[in-house]
Amino acid sequence: MHSALSVAQSLNTLCAGLVLICAFAMVATRQVQGVVRYFITQSLLLAASAFLLAFGEHIADLWALGAITIIAKVIVIPWVLKRTLSRELYIRREIEQALNIPASLLLALLLAIAAELLVGPIASAVTDPVVHVNLPLGLACVLIGGYSLIARRESIPQLIGILAMENGAFLAGIAIAAELPLIAELTVAFNVILISVVIGVLTRSIKQTIGTTQAGALTTLKEEPASWR
Amino acid sequence: MKQSIAYNVIQILFVLVFAPLYSGVLSRFKEIVQSKRGPSIFQPYRDLWKLFHKDEVVSSETTWIFRITPYLVFITPIFVATLIPVLTDYPLAFAFMGDMLAAGFFLALAGFFGALAAVDTGNPYGPMGASRTRMVGFLAEPVFMIVFFTVSFVAQSTIPYIVQQQWVVNAAEFFSPAHVLLLISFLMLILAEGGRIPVDNPSGHFELAMIDESKGLEFSGRGAALMKWGGQMKFIVLACIFLNVLLAPWGLADGHSAVQVIAAIPWILLKILIFAIVLVAIESSLSKLRLFRISEFLGAAFIASVAAMIVSIFVGA
Repeated sequence: MHSALSVAQSLNTLCAGLVLICAFAMVATRQVQGVVRYFITQSLLLAASAFLLAFGEHIADLWALGAITIIAKVIVIPWVLKRTLSRELYIRREIEQALNIPASLLLALLLAIAAELLVGPIASAVTDPVVHVNLPLGLACVLIGGYSLIARRESIPQLIGILAMENGAFLAGIAIAAELPLIAELTVAFNVILISVVIGVLTRSIKQTIGTTQAGALTTLKEEPASWR
Repeated sequence: MKQSIAYNVIQILFVLVFAPLYSGVLSRFKEIVQSKRGPSIFQPYRDLWKLFHKDEVVSSETTWIFRITPYLVFITPIFVATLIPVLTDYPLAFAFMGDMLAAGFFLALAGFFGALAAVDTGNPYGPMGASRTRMVGFLAEPVFMIVFFTVSFVAQSTIPYIVQQQWVVNAAEFFSPAHVLLLISFLMLILAEGGRIPVDNPSGHFELAMIDESKGLEFSGRGAALMKWGGQMKFIVLACIFLNVLLAPWGLADGHSAVQVIAAIPWILLKILIFAIVLVAIESSLSKLRLFRISEFLGAAFIASVAAMIVSIFVGA
């Protein structure tokens, strides 16, 4: 079955596998900076996957898609995060998580297997080998991103969780709907940047008024400080 | 048949002779990276020579386990060397006696007796190191198994000679995610099993921090030499499995004449040298993990190997 793949397709498979590994790494990393770094790597691999498909299957739109991914997720979002967040927040270590890291990794693994089982019957209806690779791995990334959204307690890794879900959807999307109008993808990329600006600014002001960015600590209502009146 | 056995003997000699050199080269490279001069790369040979000529002291409290352990530790890598492709890419006389699982079992046997012997002496550091090696061992075991399962899914066999053909014949197969993920997890395994830096510090001399070294503290004379040599051979055998079976099965002798088999030696040495440089780069850029972080390191290796299996089952089929 592998022998039927062209070199571009098998390199795409490699990229998709490494995207999944990056998703696991994001779950396992304690440092905010490390999470952001893995997100950048994942986005680069995603763009590489899009370029490989564009090259292998001669779809011009995918070239533009890959370029949009690199600009939005590799350059603009990390820059935005760096600008809006204070340095202290950005290099913080030892993020508190709802579950410890080995348990999180095992859960993420279960999610990946569940994704394969869920998508398997659908993918087997299609003959295109790229769908067999990208659809289950993309869904796995979406689920793992969603999991880190739940398990993380710091706001920035949670934001990265949302973005990782988007990455997973992108990975699945380029395989099943390569001819999606470019304008839709442009909108998504723009939205993602806006989300990170909004969350970044919000986190900053939450930090200024409450003194913490741990979403898990924000369980009780607080009275207005006297200075607000 | 006779010729095949002769080549097997050459493979064993290769492992025997070059194992100390390999550890000498590794430590020399490491010293150079740390801006030191370091001992000569032939120092491990001198150490072995010196130890073989010293008297052996065995505590009267110990049992037969302590006495046979050095021989077991020395012999098991030799058995493994008969099972795996060290110099040739066609199966030799004993190749079908056992597969990669058997190789794993042999190495585990040596580890088991090493741990028993360390407990046998009653030295407080020995059992501590033994229990730590067992901890690393049982965390590494599932990774070993999943790696072998994945290999058997992909190559339909666990005989190393057949597995190795899988990557040679098919260039597209080489870049398949299952293969790359396997390589990552097996490399992490080698670091853990060989007692290299993110898991254990092979050049550390502080007994409380030792994992692998403290098992051998009580041995002296010939026993110490055999333990040392056996450890070095285990590492070169693991490197051979990694390089010749999984990563880069090129440069092995494919002809049946003695000249071709001998001519393969420099190529294998070159590959191992490159691997040594990579290892030194890894070891010099990382620091030793805290003891309870090792489970996370091997957990990551486990995740990588299971991901390889998922990808090879669902995507490959």
